[in-house]
Parts: sequence; structure tokens; C-alpha cells
Amino acid sequence: MKAPLVVTRRMTDHPADSHTIARYEATGGYAEAKRAITMTRDDLVDEIKASGLLGRGGAAFSAGLKWSFLAPARPSYLVVNADESEPGTFKDRQLLERDPHQMVEGIVITAIANEVHHAFIYIRGEYAKPARRVQQAVDEAYERGYLGEGIFGSAYSLDVTVHLGGGAYICGEETALINSLEGLRGEPRLKPPYFPAAKGLYMMPTIVNNVETVSNLPHILAMGASGYSGLTGSADTGTFMTSLSGHVKKPGNYELPHGITWRELIYEIGGGVRDDKGLKAWIPGGASAPWFIPEKHIDLEITKEVTASAGSMLGSGAVIVMDEDTCMVRAAERIVRFFSHESCGQCTPCREGTTWLEMILRRIEEGQGRAVDLDLLVDVSDGISIDLAWPPKMTTICPLGPSAVSPIIALRDYFRDEVDAHVRRGGCWFPGAVKSGGTTPQTPRSPLVTVTSAEGRSSDQLASDRDRAGGGE
Amino acid sequence: MPLLYLAMAEAGYLTNEGMEEVAEWCEITPAQVQAVASFYTMYKREPTGTYLISCCTSISCMLLGSDDVLHAVEDESGVPHGETDAAGLVSVEHVECIGACGGAPAVQVNYELIEGVNAVKARELVRWLRKAQPQVVNTDEMQSLFGGRRSFDWAITEEGGAVGPYPAFQPLGTAKSESDA
Repeated sequence: MKAPLVVTRRMTDHPADSHTIARYEATGGYAEAKRAITMTRDDLVDEIKASGLLGRGGAAFSAGLKWSFLAPARPSYLVVNADESEPGTFKDRQLLERDPHQMVEGIVITAIANEVHHAFIYIRGEYAKPARRVQQAVDEAYERGYLGEGIFGSAYSLDVTVHLGGGAYICGEETALINSLEGLRGEPRLKPPYFPAAKGLYMMPTIVNNVETVSNLPHILAMGASGYSGLTGSADTGTFMTSLSGHVKKPGNYELPHGITWRELIYEIGGGVRDDKGLKAWIPGGASAPWFIPEKHIDLEITKEVTASAGSMLGSGAVIVMDEDTCMVRAAERIVRFFSHESCGQCTPCREGTTWLEMILRRIEEGQGRAVDLDLLVDVSDGISIDLAWPPKMTTICPLGPSAVSPIIALRDYFRDEVDAHVRRGGCWFPGAVKSGGTTPQTPRSPLVTVTSAEGRSSDQLASDRDRAGGGE
Repeated sequence: MPLLYLAMAEAGYLTNEGMEEVAEWCEITPAQVQAVASFYTMYKREPTGTYLISCCTSISCMLLGSDDVLHAVEDESGVPHGETDAAGLVSVEHVECIGACGGAPAVQVNYELIEGVNAVKARELVRWLRKAQPQVVNTDEMQSLFGGRRSFDWAITEEGGAVGPYPAFQPLGTAKSESDA
């Protein structure tokens, strides 16, 4: 189960200077980009396809396949998605800060494989320090002739622009990111027709890849596709980075082979639950992913297929662990609040639904919940994501809305008793509970506890109407 | 978008005049500029303090006590979420995930990160900012004074930092025109 390190090898072996171009070149850096210049586009795409590399941004789609969809129109663009903002995720920050040249070399390889002459790195605005590191790396690459006119002495030219986001989670969605890069509001575009591979940045064919995906590319070329896919012997090839956080003894980023179990991850790699308390639940793939519980999921293998058949996803690789002292209502409220805050507002089910979910959860937590509230939560969720199916049936342009219902599924399936007890006991009894009128941080634009409908009725009246009508499912 | 940051760097926040000037540069209407600016949380359209303290309160930080940190910052500074003190020195906000979950709870000052903060350290941070009033907000300095457990080994120290409530990213002023707008 000891992982062969790939993308974190250099920063592990040379922590002090893994970000410098001197160290990067001393450890074989840019050799694969130089070789890629001499290869044909088809050979490069085939090599990556054969490696089985899956995109690491959350959707886990074959990177090579994604490349092969690129429409023939030119110019084409590459956008590296460094807008990492999924709650629980901080792997890209480490890759950007500690080994930026690895990503730059990956960009060169991707560009050559897709006839791209201008690449953009979209870094979230809050990542000022990683952005500085990346800009420095790009500047150094320009100085050495690895970027710019005629890279590595060839006739190929490639420009790279580092772009800073403005603080919006939704810009991690590829079409929203493209809108944002064009200087517009970061609202996702409809697919079809706006598949980035066909009509992307400035309406031209565009590849959007995650930082970790791109960072793997030099290693795939160095090892060869079969070397990379044979690294771990799991169905999912190569390694994956996981960001472990919450109630574990050893939080942090870990590069791991696919196919280990959750028990190994949480208890061996993470050192177990804080203060040796009981494990209550964990989120397997960032805030968007449906939750897992120890009774059912602890011995499952961490692969795309196994996780999907258990009704969740590995998503961004973020694992958030919650111990037995965690209030599930509060945890759910905090996640739903995130999506409510970050909803771009285009689609009604998401904009309205997440706002209502947040308000209902808050009133349960603060002691004003009603017996029908869980059914109401499920009903509202059903309006965002029909039947709460997995994978979600979409009512919205992008997956943000359906992501927000993941905690509701957990409450319904695993923690119904706890929700009911909140209602019965008049609020939360876990440590740190805040009663109504308290100062729980809220989404600024949301109403406090009671809202008024268009007809002038309050949310309380609306809920009692529901009660009378039988409410619920 | 880089122009909007540039406008912020001039006035300390995004003024109407700033947005109008950006509109002129981009040959679009000021309303279009405002539509973009209002979409993103980092473009502050109201006067913002010299030090913008952003407390993460998303799930991973919440699990490890970020609400206490936020309340300590609000209480010590006397500034509630979304507001600025009378002196124009300190602004406080709670924000969604800032990608420091392994070092939760996390706080940023002018987007320079401190990980592993607790309520006591958060109070010290506010007092220090008011007293020392550093010209440049340096992440390594703040981490050593007020931080604790980090998401990963930062390894490399930096000299520079932020000089105002906007990201310290040098090339903003010189970004190529094609990525502007």
C-alpha cells in the first residue's frame, strides 16, 4: 500500500527548493517537453489515452479522450483550471506552490498535443501566493526559451498567461471559467452547444484540464503509458492526490494509489479519528459528494467504479472526516450554505432551492424545526435533483445545484433520528450549539429565519400550509 | 478582471469612478462592468479597511472551531461580518473555503494565509494588526506569530506580501490586454 509518488516526488525529496527551475531541471525537468516537440500530435494523444489518466478536477473523465474530442477549428486554447475551491480540497495549492514547473511542463506537452499556442492558467483570486509562484515559474520558463517564440529551439511558439479569479466557486466549472476568463460573469454555459472542445474560449476549441491532471503528464511520458498504468495494479491507473481534513489526527495532502480502502486512508494514513473518538461519517470527494458512513462503506476500495456504485464520487479527492461529536444537521447546513452562497443564480431550482434548504436546516438546528421538515428538505431537494438519483438527474445547467442535495440524502438515509431529535428537543445539543437569534455565520443575502412569500405569507405560514396539505413525500 | 483589481489597488476599493474608467478602457458600459464586479466576492464595492481579515467558516474549518475564531475576531475588533471599523483600518468577513482545510481553521489577511488559528491567536492577530500596522502583510510572519498546524510544509519563505485588501499579485498591473476586461 506504499504509494509510488509521482506528482509529489520532487517536493518530498527536495522540500527546500522543489519550486526552483534549477532543482526542476536537475531532477530531469523539461526533458519530456523537449521530447514531445519531436513527437506527432496523434502519438501524444494516443500515449495519454493509453495511460488511462483520468481528469482530476472532479469529473474523472479520461484526459486523453477529452483531448481527442477537440474540434479541428483553430486557434485552439488550453486553460488550466486552478480555481480549486471545493470545500475540503487543497491539493492543487500544494502542487502550485511547491512544484509549479511540473505544471508548466505539463502545459507545454498538452499544448503540443493539441496545437495550442496560447494557454491560460486560471488561479482563484484567494490563492495569491500560489499565483506568485506560478508567475515566477512562467517567467523563468520564458527566460530559458521554454515558452514564447520557438520553444526549445523549434518553430513552435507557446504563450502562457496567468490569470487571477475574483472569488467565485462556480468558476471551477469549465464553461463558467471560460466566461470568467473572457471577463464576463462566471455563469456556466449550456452544453450543448458550448462544449469547450467545440466552442470554448472566444468560441474556439478549448481544452480545460485540472492542475493535477496536467502535472501528471511529464511523468506519463517519462514512464510510458504502460509504466504509468501499471503503477498500482488498480482499475484506475496511476496515483491520486487526496486532501484529508476534519477530525483526523494527521490531516494533509497524500498521494496514494487507487484501490486502497477507506479504513486504510482514515485509520492508517490519517492516523485515526481525533482523540480516538468514534467515526460518524465522512465525505469521500469534496462537499459535492454524498456522504459515507462506517457501518456501510469503511472497507470499500477507493476507485471511481466502486465509489459510484455505492452512490457517491471521488470528486476532487477531498476527504472530510466527522467524529461522533459532530452535529449532522450543522454539518449539512454548513455545506448547503456554501452552495447557496456560491450558486450563480441562473437556474431557479438551484438559486431558490439551495436558499430554502439552508433556511430549513438552520431552523432545525436552532430549535424551530418541525416534524415535517426533513420531508420538506427532501421535497425541495427533489426539485433540484429529480428523485435524488445517483448520478443526479439534472434540472440545472451545471452540477452545482444537484451537489447541494448530497447532505440531505445523508440526513434522510442515515441520520433521520438525529434530525427528528433536533425537532423534538427544540434544537441542537452537540457542543457549540447556537440557539435562535445567535450569531451563526450566515449567507449574507439570505433572510434570517422567517421570510415572506410573494403573497405576504411568512415561511412559518407556508410550512403550516404544507402540514395541513399532508406535506412531505 | 485584472483591470478591476488595478482599479481596487488605486482607491483601496472599487469606486464608481474606477468602474467607469474600466468601462471606458474596455469599450463597454459602466453597468456591464458593475454586473461583472458584483458577481465576484473579491471586488469590494464599499470602502474596505487596510487589513481585510477573512475567516473561513466552511465545513472543514467549522468542524475544528472556525465559528469561535470568527466570533473572536469580530469581538476583539468590534467589527461584525461585512463591515469596516471607523478608522478604516480593519474589515472583517467570513468566507467560504479558502483551500486550507488541512490547517483548519484558516484566516487570511489581505489574502495572505494563516493556518491553524484558534480564538486566542485570532484576538492577538487583531491587536497586532492595529498596533504594528505593517506596511506589507507577510504570510510567513503571520503564520509564525499566530498560526499552528499547516495543510502541508510550506518549506519556502517569502519576503513580500500584500499592501492592501486585494491579492498581492505583481503582474496584475502589466497583464496582457487580451486577458483583460
